[in-house]
This record gives sequence, C-alpha cells and structure tokens, in this order.
Amino acid sequence: MKIHSPVVGFMNGLMVTIRSTLRRPVTAEYPAVEKRLALSNRYMGFPALTWDYDVEEPYCTGCMVCVRECPTQCMSAQMKDNPKHEKDLSRRRKIIESFEINLGRCILCGICVDVCNFDAIEMSHEYELSKYQRNANRVGLNQLLDMGVAYQNKLGWTPKQPQKNSGVPLPPKQSEDSS
Amino acid sequence: MQVHQQVSEHSDAIDLMVNMGPQHPSTHGVFRLVIWVDGERIVKVEPHIGYLHRGSEKICESEQYNQIVTLFDRLDYVGNLNSELAFCLAVEKLTETAVPERAEYIRVILCELNRIASHMLFYGVYGLDAGATTPMLYGFRERERVQELFESVTGARMMHNYIRIGGVKEDVPDDFHKNVLALLDHLKGGVDECDSLLSQNEMFLARTKGVGIINGEDALDYGVTGPALRASGVIEDVRVTDPYSIYDRFDFGIPVGSNGDCWDRYYVRVEEMRESIKIVEQAISNIPKGEISAKVRRIIRPPAGEVFVRTESPRGDLGVFLVSDGSDKPYRVKVRPPSFANLQALEHMLEDTYIADAVLVLGSIDIIMGEVDR
Repeated sequence: MKIHSPVVGFMNGLMVTIRSTLRRPVTAEYPAVEKRLALSNRYMGFPALTWDYDVEEPYCTGCMVCVRECPTQCMSAQMKDNPKHEKDLSRRRKIIESFEINLGRCILCGICVDVCNFDAIEMSHEYELSKYQRNANRVGLNQLLDMGVAYQNKLGWTPKQPQKNSGVPLPPKQSEDSS
Repeated sequence: MQVHQQVSEHSDAIDLMVNMGPQHPSTHGVFRLVIWVDGERIVKVEPHIGYLHRGSEKICESEQYNQIVTLFDRLDYVGNLNSELAFCLAVEKLTETAVPERAEYIRVILCELNRIASHMLFYGVYGLDAGATTPMLYGFRERERVQELFESVTGARMMHNYIRIGGVKEDVPDDFHKNVLALLDHLKGGVDECDSLLSQNEMFLARTKGVGIINGEDALDYGVTGPALRASGVIEDVRVTDPYSIYDRFDFGIPVGSNGDCWDRYYVRVEEMRESIKIVEQAISNIPKGEISAKVRRIIRPPAGEVFVRTESPRGDLGVFLVSDGSDKPYRVKVRPPSFANLQALEHMLEDTYIADAVLVLGSIDIIMGEVDR
C-alpha cells in the first residue's frame, strides 16, 4: 500500500489535468469589447445622475443628502431655483446647478443611491476611468448626466417611485392649492 | 533580499539574518519576516507588521453606523461578507433589532459561499507557495463562479456593502435559487477535482506533512482560531459552539485534523468547503418568503452601552467590540481579527524548521494583511 500511494496520488492529479485539457477554454479577453465578460444588471459602477425625459431636466434637485451620507466625502452639489418651474413646465422648484464627484475617491458603496429620495443618482455600468492625472476623475454635472443617460438607455431604467418623482407639472388645481 | 551577519548569543556559530519581505510575493500582502538561520535551520523569526495600517478602527469613530459597513468590507478583503456580518450583528445586538427570517437565510447562504471562495483562493495560492502552479488556475476558476453569483446579487465582486444593519440591502434576483443550485453542483465537482489534483500528490505531501507542527494546547495558548486551530485537533467552531445568526438550524460537521501540521491545515479547509456546500444546500431549500430588512432608522443611534460578538470568518474567530455613547457614531470599535492572532503562533510553528519551509508555514495559516494591520 505504501509503495502504491505516491503513484495513485500522482495519477489522480494527472487525470484531472487530462480531463481539463479536453475542456473548451472559457477565457474572456478583456480589452476586446465583444469578448469581455458581460456585466450583470445589478453591477455597481461609478455613480451617475439620471435624466428625466418627460420634462428634459435632471431628476436631481440638489438636496445634498448623498453629499452628507457619502462615507468618503467625494461629492459636492449646489442647487438653484428651477427656471422651468416658474414657466409651469416642471414640478421641481429647485434644480441642480453644479454637481461634482471625485470618482478617484469614490469607493462604489452605493450608499448615495440608497439615500436618494428623488431617484436622481444611480450606480452606472461605467468602470473604465483610468486617467494620467490624479485629479482627472473629478467629473462635473454634464459628464455625470452623460453616464446616467447611457445607463438608462442600456437597461431601460425607470424611476422606482414614478408618481412621486416625475417632473411633469401637476394639474392646475392642485398647483394652486400648493402655492 | 538583504543579508546581515551577527554573532549568535547561544553558540559560537554565526547566524545569518535574512529579511523576507515586505515586498515578497509569498507573504500575501505587505508583511516582513526577519529570519535568523543557522545553516538551513531557522533559529528565530520576528514578524513585522503595520505596512498596511489604515487606521480603520479610528476612522470608525468618525463615521455613522451604516457607513462603517464599507470599512469592514476592507478588513478581510477575501471574506468581505463575513466581516460585514460581524459588524451588523454587533449593532443589531446593541439596538436589539430582530432580523427577518429571509434576510438571515440570504446572509447565511452568501457568507458560506464567501467562505468557499476564500478557501478556494487559499487552495490556489497555497499550491503556488508549495511550488505547484497548476492549482492556482483551478482555485481561481472555482472562485470566479462564486464571484459571478455575488455580482448578480450584490452588484460587486468584492466590496459588496450588501449586508446592512437590520437585514440586507435588497432582495435577491429572481433567478437566485436556480443559480445557487447550479453553482453548488459545479462546486461539488470543483472541490473534488481540486482535492484529487493536489492533496495526495507525493511532492506536496513531502513538503507539507510534518512541517510547522503546533499542538492543540499551544495553539489555544497562542489564541489561534479557525481552521488553523481545528487542524491541531481542537473542536472549536463559533458556528457550532456559540451559534450566531441561524447557524444552529443547520446540520454540518466540523472537520478536524490530528497532527497540526501544514497538510492538516490545508486539508481542513478543503473539507470545510464541503461542509459549507451542505449548509448552503439546506439553507436554499428552506429559504422563506417575506421581508428582507427590519425597520431601522436611516441614522442609527444605539443606546449607550457596549457589546461584543464573535463570528466564524473563513480565517477564524472574528470578534467585534462596540462601545456606543448614544450618538450616531460609535465611541469605540475594536476588531479582534483572526489573522492577527494566528500570526502570533508563526514563531512557534517555525521553530527548528528549514528556511525553505518558512513560506509554506506562513501560507498555511492563511493571513490577510488588511485584517492584521487594520
């Protein structure tokens, strides 16, 4: 028995190798776009801002809740009065004026998405953002919206609370009541 | 590698001081081991840690409770979900939150799959430590399947931030049940394949049998926990001896070694993967429907007090000591990482072994430097 055991152990290992040799290779070749691994729908890439197509403005109102809850303090935001609200084109009184995320600092935890009350921020499927400068990943409002729109179009994204967060103005009677 | 010479205190011979690390591929992180050798034999070793120190415990004091979960992800970066669970259990114990059944089951399934992924990584790199390059490919292949499932459930492959205080972040996708069963089928074959590839290989046996022996008594004295302790013949597993979450409902065994050498520490982990598969099988067939999170406030303010919880992470007994002063940030968070305690026994294990075995003994206790240095 003692003489045979090394041979048996060796042969068992060799059989595994032979079996694997006959398998079809499953290598995904990263830089080639069509040969990459597919991302799952829930994949959390860098955060991006969503776009409300009904009234052609961002969902974000600049309420700052994501800025406060971010564990790495990688965001900053500013709000302004919404010009479309004055013309009765939108329900949102305030709208985002500037939004900056330092994606080099972001740790992709998804807390900003959880705390957002307006469905305004989502984890996009963007993950390739290598840059040559340390601060080159400080992205502004326009770039964040571009990322968000790409994500929306890819997944057919709809807001989780469409009734509450739609920007379509309410019927005149209610808006008089509220004003 | 730097080499210094010094005259040994205990003999006239000259001991060589060999500096292994901090940038050494087999230290599994940034870890420096100073070894004094007399010829080929190790006289004394001195571990130096702190190269990956990020002050996580101190940062915890300036973050809110639900933000700290992201920090615990980064402690044991191979068994993330187990670290998250330890912290969430601590806060839930302090706030006396009852976690819904479904959330508990999801947690157990994911944590056990995480344990398999972690042990698969160990299997791969341990083969590499012993000089066999092939097992790494097999280990990483199986781990990749688990990571794929994690990505479809949590949205991330490693830093999940999925287990939250009071439950889990969101419900599992619709095809979760089917995917887990398919994954288990695959893993059963995968573990057997890995086992027959390396475990009984004669060269591997020659390198690991009878190397780096520590007996159960010494291991307990050093505070060794987890697979490294069970390899020495001590039956101690927090999931069984002090059950947390819902582990008392499952029927699984504790693999125990007999010699406490490197091969036992390796094989206990292989067997543990099989036991984990059993747990996941039982959990997935009993998973109830319902809520996935208890009602918790967005900003959690636990009552003033202190709490300590132990969990069984893939590396051993992971403890979290939490002191709250009633505000939205903890007063103190102390982590009792298993890797750190296991590393203390390295000096004992390496006594009177050959210098060529230093890498094997270090690899067999499966340290994660993110957890050691915190």
